Amino acid sequence: MRFSGAIAVALLIAGTAFAAEIPQAERRSGYDFMKPDTRAMQDEDAANPGMLWVLDGEALWKRKLGAANKACADCHDDARTSMKGVAARYPAFDMALGRPVDLEQRINLCRTNHQQATPLPFEGRGLLALTAFVARQSQGTAIETGADPQLAPFIAKGRELYMQRQGQLNLGCTNCHDDNWDKRLAGSAITQAHPTGYPLYRLEWQSLGSLQRRLRACITGIRAQAYDYGAPELVELELYLMSRARGMPMEAPAVRP
Amino acid sequence: MASALINVPAKAKRGDIIEIKTLMSHIMETGYRHMASGEVVPRDIITSFTCRFNGAEIFRADLFPAIAANPFITFFTTATESGKFEFEWIGDQGFSETASASISVE
Repeated sequence: MRFSGAIAVALLIAGTAFAAEIPQAERRSGYDFMKPDTRAMQDEDAANPGMLWVLDGEALWKRKLGAANKACADCHDDARTSMKGVAARYPAFDMALGRPVDLEQRINLCRTNHQQATPLPFEGRGLLALTAFVARQSQGTAIETGADPQLAPFIAKGRELYMQRQGQLNLGCTNCHDDNWDKRLAGSAITQAHPTGYPLYRLEWQSLGSLQRRLRACITGIRAQAYDYGAPELVELELYLMSRARGMPMEAPAVRP
Repeated sequence: MASALINVPAKAKRGDIIEIKTLMSHIMETGYRHMASGEVVPRDIITSFTCRFNGAEIFRADLFPAIAANPFITFFTTATESGKFEFEWIGDQGFSETASASISVE
């Protein structure tokens, strides 16, 4: 009895030692794992396809709509000043809902509450464009997500999900992104999962996509049932990942292979 | 919501070789894919890209289904005089977009 208890303790210690968090000084953005040609695409605005969505977002920002007949710009004015650093603080705590919301959900809340318009569908061109336009204003600013103490229990839930083994392959996020980030999976670099550049243009998608799309693809990859878009679990996971990347510069709209 | 991104140097010296970069928003649907119901997703691609400088054609490309979404086309030319580059993309289903950029050559 005592012997099996000792084994259990030993396994527990080994388990915690294996799933070690990445030290601050060793954190790397997905950008660092890319080849020079893909980096060049991200670095130059005229070559970065994500900028096409930013342009569309700028047009949408000024468009009056909804029963209130208001544009984003009517309240928030010039996004270059009003939205600077905003995306670097999301997901953020929403007082009315009593839980965190991500940038896409915040834009849709603004649409329903203030513009009195219908919410935009997840991964649709409109929502991605507005999100990209807002996120672009934070390019280069350090991620601050998670500073609000009200977020602490939600970050803890996100971390729990990140550590949780699941799916037919019985893998947790941490098994790849903390333990094996210096290796490759089917020829692709395993990155450290710092969501510094979302929404981002993935060459594989041939499109811009949100962090939720990326998370759902990963969850499907380990053969688990993916959460629906907007599910609280996905937002908590986004929140944990963003708070884990605190201090790293925002890159949105990034380009990834 | 089609939009284009153009990068043309604003200034150049006469005789300089300059690089022109263009990025056009387009889905580039190949016409080879099928829907869940079995129907073919109709082809929707850009078929032609043209660049004119002060009215004279200096670059043309024909595009085919194997080209990625949001085609990025870049080419070089020699700066001879100040003027205006006009870009035109033509494609399936009546797609037609234009953009322009000016250069001053000293």
